[in-house]
Amino acid sequence: MKTNATTENLDNLVSGESATIFAIQTDDALRQRLLALGFRVGKRIELIRKANFSGPLQVRIGTTDILLRKHEAAKIKVQKI
Amino acid sequence: MKRVALLGMPNTGKSTLFNRMTGGSARVGNWPGITVELLSSKILLGGEMVEIIDLPGIYDIHGFSEDEQVVRHFLHDNVPDLAIIILNATQIERQLSLLLQLKQYNLNMVVLLNMADESKKFGITIDAAKMSSSLGIPIFLLSAKYGIGYNEAMQSITKALRYSTPGMAEELRTQLQQDAHIEREMTRILQNSVQVPLRLPNNLTTQLDHIMLHPWLGLPIFFGIMYLLFQGIFILGQPLQTGVGDLFGWLREVALAPLVSGLPAILQGLLLDGIYNGVATVAAFIPIIILFFLFMAIVEDTGYLSRAAFLMDALMAKLGLDGRSFVMLLMGFGCNVPALMGTRVMRSRALRLLSMLVIPFSLCSARLQVFVFITAALFAPKSAALVVFSLYLFSFAAAILTALIFKRYFPNSEPFVLELPPYRFPTLRQMLLRGWHEVYHFVHRASKFIIIGVVFVWLLTHYPATAVPAGPDTWAGQIGGWLHPLFKPIGITAELTIALIFGFVAKEIVIGSLAVIYGLSGHALSGELALQLDWVQAYSFMLFTLIYTPCLSTVATLHSESKNTGFTLLSLIWSLAFAWVVSFVFYQGARALGY
Repeated sequence: MKTNATTENLDNLVSGESATIFAIQTDDALRQRLLALGFRVGKRIELIRKANFSGPLQVRIGTTDILLRKHEAAKIKVQKI
Repeated sequence: MKRVALLGMPNTGKSTLFNRMTGGSARVGNWPGITVELLSSKILLGGEMVEIIDLPGIYDIHGFSEDEQVVRHFLHDNVPDLAIIILNATQIERQLSLLLQLKQYNLNMVVLLNMADESKKFGITIDAAKMSSSLGIPIFLLSAKYGIGYNEAMQSITKALRYSTPGMAEELRTQLQQDAHIEREMTRILQNSVQVPLRLPNNLTTQLDHIMLHPWLGLPIFFGIMYLLFQGIFILGQPLQTGVGDLFGWLREVALAPLVSGLPAILQGLLLDGIYNGVATVAAFIPIIILFFLFMAIVEDTGYLSRAAFLMDALMAKLGLDGRSFVMLLMGFGCNVPALMGTRVMRSRALRLLSMLVIPFSLCSARLQVFVFITAALFAPKSAALVVFSLYLFSFAAAILTALIFKRYFPNSEPFVLELPPYRFPTLRQMLLRGWHEVYHFVHRASKFIIIGVVFVWLLTHYPATAVPAGPDTWAGQIGGWLHPLFKPIGITAELTIALIFGFVAKEIVIGSLAVIYGLSGHALSGELALQLDWVQAYSFMLFTLIYTPCLSTVATLHSESKNTGFTLLSLIWSLAFAWVVSFVFYQGARALGY
């Protein structure tokens, strides 16, 4: 999927960077789970760290820390703050 | 009887509250998805008996996981008289959505904002009274772990129970789809009653994670922690075990032997060499069991398991598994049965089945007993701990190899999304409850399996009466002789073969049955084993014990969880064949090298 210049995939952020969620482009089941975990368009998200060997990402939304794989993170479009 | 259901998101402290209310010991841990079955308990509340049900944690009443379906069906089929909704106060800004979903069911509700102690540390202020009036539901701040706010909450629960849920209209279900409405409600309530600081203070969790989840140090630290843990269990547990064993031996000499001396010899034999020796040998493991679960409880309650999932996910992904499978593998070190049930949090059936195929290779506490006993008998004290640790490595290797071989038959693309809870201090109360719970479980199993098992072993090794006890002419000897061609190439003697057959029922019986077969217990049994076996045979026996079917309960659980006989058979046959091949390669290899 083509994205415009200002948005990028969540997994492209560098540790410590913050961004605003722009779009969640996953299937319905995962979308529901992400919504319940606090992912919403317009919310601020911070990338805390990435595991080695293309392992999962640790992100923070509000007071909740969440682990997710690169593959899932690539489906979340964000705008850097 | 009135029914009260505990509802909330995973890892909000429902089970901790349940335990506090019922005095029970539901398994509690700092890991989302611990409650895998419905736990219920009856307590006296405000002068009448009430049934409390601890439901699995759910993120979303419309969710797709098995837990979420369980809760949905439960609410549909058994409308509770009162629902206690437990929310994590530190995550109130997102957990409120579940409350608003549930509110639409018109349930009689009381809301408890748990972990109030933690939210205070985060600088989050919640005006419970204001929130309560804007929602029209009684709301209380609580710390279920430390019991703060508990009495007020219980009073309000008792009061709320006087007015039961009137019943639920079927059409409410369809209304639940209106999530936009929930979104607006949430903002309105939060604006009025909750203040979250813009940036969270740099707390202890962040600092600890900086080290524990370090890109390069994380994994070595993880393995270091595991190594220390198992070393600690061995070093602390072994002398305790010997002590308890000696105590039982002494009791037999001074009290039991004189007591039964009037009975016929055959009955004396059954009572002393059969039941008493067998049970005493097994009972000597209680200290190790307690230690093991105390240590596991610490790891679980602190929240380190989710970190382990983070560290290991990259490797697990290559095996067709994910970080959660790894955590279940670790839980399997306690007992395979709850670990198998824990896979219910996975939605993809293929991922679940593959996880269930590898979990039985986890070196569970029952197998640990066998290894502790045999290594102590056959190896120098210096190397014994290392030998046990090597078996843990074999346990991992067996799981990894199995996943690699079978992953292509269980392809899945389940997304891996997991909440990372903050580090928490385990309380002494929780740890003691857990330890007690496990010992109770162990003794319970002991009374069921082990006594019947050792009596059977005694009969098989002492009949027909003309044969020399435990000799080749007894029934046991005949079975052993019949199976011997199969076990000889892996260095396992006829006596050990019998023990392995009983080990199929439960590993707790293995050492007990050896005690009965040799008619010896404690030190005498260790001495005899050292005479009968060399270390290569002993290690081959341990490898076989590690890899073949853990116990009947595990097989039964595999079947009930997979609901598939073919899969259960695959797991059974694969583990038996795998065990034999590994032992064969080890035994023949070691012999070929001249050991």
